Amino acid sequence: MGRREIALTLNGTQRRIEVEDQVLLIELVRGLGLIGTKLSCDTQVCGACTVLLDGRPVSSCTTLAIEAGGRTVQTIEGLADGTKLHPIQQAFIDRFAFQCGYCTPGMIMAAKALLDEKPDPDAATVRHWMEGNICRCTGYGSIVEAVLDVAHPERVGEKLP
Amino acid sequence: MVLRRFDVHKVTSVAEAVALRQRYGEDAAVYAGGTELLLAMKLGVARWPHLIDIKPIAALRTLAVTKDLVRIGATVTHWDLERDPAVANVLPVFARLEANVANVRVRAAGTLAGNLAFAEPHADPPALLVALGARVILEGPTGTRNLLVSDLLTGMYQTAIAPDEVIVAIEIPLPARDVRMAYVKFQVLERPSVGVAAVATVRDGKFVGPPAIVIGSVDEVPRAVPAAELAGALAGDPRTAEALAEAASAAVDPSDDLAGSAEYKRHVVGVFVRRALGQLMAGAA
Ligand SMILES: Cc1cc2nc3c(=O)[nH]c(=O)nc-3n(C[C@H](O)[C@H](O)[C@H](O)COP(=O)(O)OP(=O)(O)OC[C@H]3O[C@@H](n4cnc5c(N)ncnc54)[C@H](O)[C@@H]3O)c2cc1C
Ligand code: FES
Ligand code: FES
Repeated sequence: MGRREIALTLNGTQRRIEVEDQVLLIELVRGLGLIGTKLSCDTQVCGACTVLLDGRPVSSCTTLAIEAGGRTVQTIEGLADGTKLHPIQQAFIDRFAFQCGYCTPGMIMAAKALLDEKPDPDAATVRHWMEGNICRCTGYGSIVEAVLDVAHPERVGEKLP
Repeated sequence: MVLRRFDVHKVTSVAEAVALRQRYGEDAAVYAGGTELLLAMKLGVARWPHLIDIKPIAALRTLAVTKDLVRIGATVTHWDLERDPAVANVLPVFARLEANVANVRVRAAGTLAGNLAFAEPHADPPALLVALGARVILEGPTGTRNLLVSDLLTGMYQTAIAPDEVIVAIEIPLPARDVRMAYVKFQVLERPSVGVAAVATVRDGKFVGPPAIVIGSVDEVPRAVPAAELAGALAGDPRTAEALAEAASAAVDPSDDLAGSAEYKRHVVGVFVRRALGQLMAGAA
């Protein structure tokens, strides 16, 4: 009690890690060097800390690390295939969907969960899903367009109203 | 923010959870999604050396729709509820409410039982659950009992849950086929400022019995609007809407806060009661 070993699949790799019960998932992943996951509001409001737990988006700032026991965790570092970016990452670049980039890992992980469930969402669905991810720089239009582009590569470069 | 040390006890039966509540008393809290609990602990407003994790209890994960009711196990999340085809079929308004609770991450982890047990006044499900006559099933050392949601919620962060009890399920009785319902909310911050639930039967354009109108998020607990004299009233008549809006604004006892002044909230309550009635009638047969 208080301290236990958990077995998880982290970005495709099986790992066994000893953690104390009160450790948060964000402390675990960042402590392992996966610092793409960002801490901002610390209150489940902004989404900068979004990671996927068995495919579902969660706020790693307010999730205990032990919840990852027996499950899969995906962070932003797990998306690219070597130097080839994941299509969502590429779409964010193509649409200029970030400036400072602090919100971006969370945005992309949230978008991944959406696209895994609904590969071709409409704009209203994207807006509703991403409501809990806050960006202080870009404005949300380009972010929504980037997510929509993933299902429609032919739109890339198209100027949208 | 770093959390202070605590022990998580993963239990696999309700009896075990109850026994731990008895053993640790005020030093322990039930832990489900943790979306409220861990926040409160991070903010330092609460400290529990022991958390009783009820998620491993298989029996609490069931979501069942029978001919008479929807039974929602205590660890069923908002995410599960907004996606369940059977729930969407029998209670589409409730499914839509669930899809608009908080944000996708809170819905993925947070449970309906946790929402009720925390009793934060700014919440969506309580108003509709009260209007529908939903019950909460509690298990304690001497067995089970059930309470109407209206009796469970007793104040801001206050409930009738005994220190050694655990919510095992929420049961929503299925309304008759011709019962109409609506839920509309007004929200500027993270949580709703005003929520209005309306449940009524309308035949030949008239209310059968009084409509159930419940205002959530404004007072410490959901407020039912007295509407006995509107039994039999013409449901689509603007005078009916006016009377209900006035009764609702008078029924609530708002205070000034970040979401607005008391006077403003009374006004918004009236506006949203009219909107809720509009939605109720829009599905009109
Ligand atoms: C950023 C944010 C936005 C939100 N917005 C909304 C909103 O728009 N509308 C809305 O309605 N809600 C909103 N919420 C509240 C949300 O619905 C709740 O946080 C969630 O449902 C709580 O469930 P949980 O399983 O995480 O509870 P936990 O955090 O695990 O527990 C909450 C409390 O309930 C107790 N508890 C939990 N389960 C039981 C049980 N079975 N028996 C007895 N006690 C129990 C715990 O001891 C604790 O005191 C929001 C929350 C956050 C953090
Ligand atoms: S840092 Fe976790 S939601 Fe903002
Ligand atoms: S790009 Fe700066 S916060 Fe979104």
